[in-house]
Amino acid sequence: MINIFEVNETNKMIEQENLDVRTITMGISLLDCADENLEVVNQKIYKKITSYAEKLVSTGKDIETEYGIPIVNKRISITPISLVGGAACKTIEDYVTIAKTLDAAAKEVGVNFIGGYSALVSKGMTPSDELLIRSIPQAMACTDRICSSVVVGSTKTGINMDAVKLMGEIIHDTAELTKENDSLGCAKLVVLCNAPDDNPFMAGAFHGVTEADAIINVGVSGPGVVKKALEAVRGKDFEVLCETIKKTAFKVTRVGQLVAQEASKRLGIPFGIIDLSLAPTPAIGDSVAEILMEIGLEYAGAPGTTAALALLNDQVKKGGVMASSYVGGLSGAFIPVSEDQGMIDAVNAKALTIEKLEAMTCVCSVGLDMIAIPGDTPTSTMSGIIADEMAIGMVNQKTTAVRIIPVIGKGVGETVEFGGLLGYAPIMPVNPYSCEAFVNRGGRIPAPIHSFKN
Amino acid sequence: MKKTIITVVGQDTVGIIAKVCTYLANNKINILDISQTIVQGYFNMMMVTDMTQAPKNMADISKELEQIGEEIGVVIRCQHEDIFNKMHRI
Repeated sequence: MINIFEVNETNKMIEQENLDVRTITMGISLLDCADENLEVVNQKIYKKITSYAEKLVSTGKDIETEYGIPIVNKRISITPISLVGGAACKTIEDYVTIAKTLDAAAKEVGVNFIGGYSALVSKGMTPSDELLIRSIPQAMACTDRICSSVVVGSTKTGINMDAVKLMGEIIHDTAELTKENDSLGCAKLVVLCNAPDDNPFMAGAFHGVTEADAIINVGVSGPGVVKKALEAVRGKDFEVLCETIKKTAFKVTRVGQLVAQEASKRLGIPFGIIDLSLAPTPAIGDSVAEILMEIGLEYAGAPGTTAALALLNDQVKKGGVMASSYVGGLSGAFIPVSEDQGMIDAVNAKALTIEKLEAMTCVCSVGLDMIAIPGDTPTSTMSGIIADEMAIGMVNQKTTAVRIIPVIGKGVGETVEFGGLLGYAPIMPVNPYSCEAFVNRGGRIPAPIHSFKN
Repeated sequence: MKKTIITVVGQDTVGIIAKVCTYLANNKINILDISQTIVQGYFNMMMVTDMTQAPKNMADISKELEQIGEEIGVVIRCQHEDIFNKMHRI
């Protein structure tokens, strides 16, 4: 039988070390909502989302109370809208009506984000894909809860450089249209390479076409728990360090597994995957950077950071796969800047630059995340940053992403405040040299060779 | 059986166990096991209980226990046993 020490350990993780289930995300397929009549599409989408997710929030709250574990977010991911709206949407405005419908449905069921205002264009764009992408700035400006993502590359297809170029412009336009709120729209827009179909985390969540009609995916977090566990093994060798991270990741994932099974049972919707990601929040003691510091770095960004992060990411996965048979999504360590107090401190101390962050993304689970840059950064430079990041994902057969926020009207040295889980960020300098001629070439970068690995 | 774990943590004072047990008895909650220690003056108790017979639902019981805790100046939690089993047992 469970003893008092084990009970206290679990409750200490929850109360003092910010252990939580970060999100229960219901994936809903909207493929059957496609129609040639836009009004019908909107009606079908609204009806399907509000009926499937009607009890999502209340079920989440019930589980929270019974098990005493906070479930921070309840969210929805949907089929990429460019696949659903293709037949009906002939203009940008047509797509924006779907965005408004999604926003209304999200508000009706009480979820804080709905992800999947997306297009998958890793090799080429259909007219529908391009229309959707061009509608993103307006869609982000007139909605509150929509997250948008565009997949522009993969290891199998190479990188669609036309889409990369376009996304530089779209990010800029989104920033411009939401400049009243410090360009907040860009915090909900992400460009991806090798995007997983079952990711429960925003802003990159969408319900892939390989998925069932509806599915429950759960994202667990707990950087504070890992940090605390590592405090107890300070100065010990790497074997002990790795063992400690694995054990902690195991415990955290098991909680996610329990919540996912329970939610799936109560909602009558099959369980998909657990995503064990160390996802930081601006709260004190909920930081991935602090884990890196505990491993032995003065600041995140110091020499050794990439190695420490590689080790952390790998051990988290190893602990997680033992705890659940269905680990998926992005599983690993996130390294957003604005959402992590330790990262913000590192930037302010000039220990962390975009270039070092780029190196870190080779071994973390996602990519350049929540980085504020000057509002006057050229669109071609943003496309260049995206291309670099996509190339890392393509060659290393991993998911990479770019979520940068060019803050209109602000420059290096200033700070931008997004509020809530999105946090605040110092604006980081960007390399001033041009890549315009490179970005303007057009076409695509071929898929990499799969032998001759070195 | 609907097993739950009730934990009580806080400054030690007279009658903590009495108050909690009275509430449990009144609500037909059976106590299967109790362990209790004092760590640095802090009262620390864990009870394994069975709520199968309880007429109220778990959310209400949790809330009422929390209120009793506030009255005596301790933190009382009531959680489903599975969260601990999952985390600490393979």
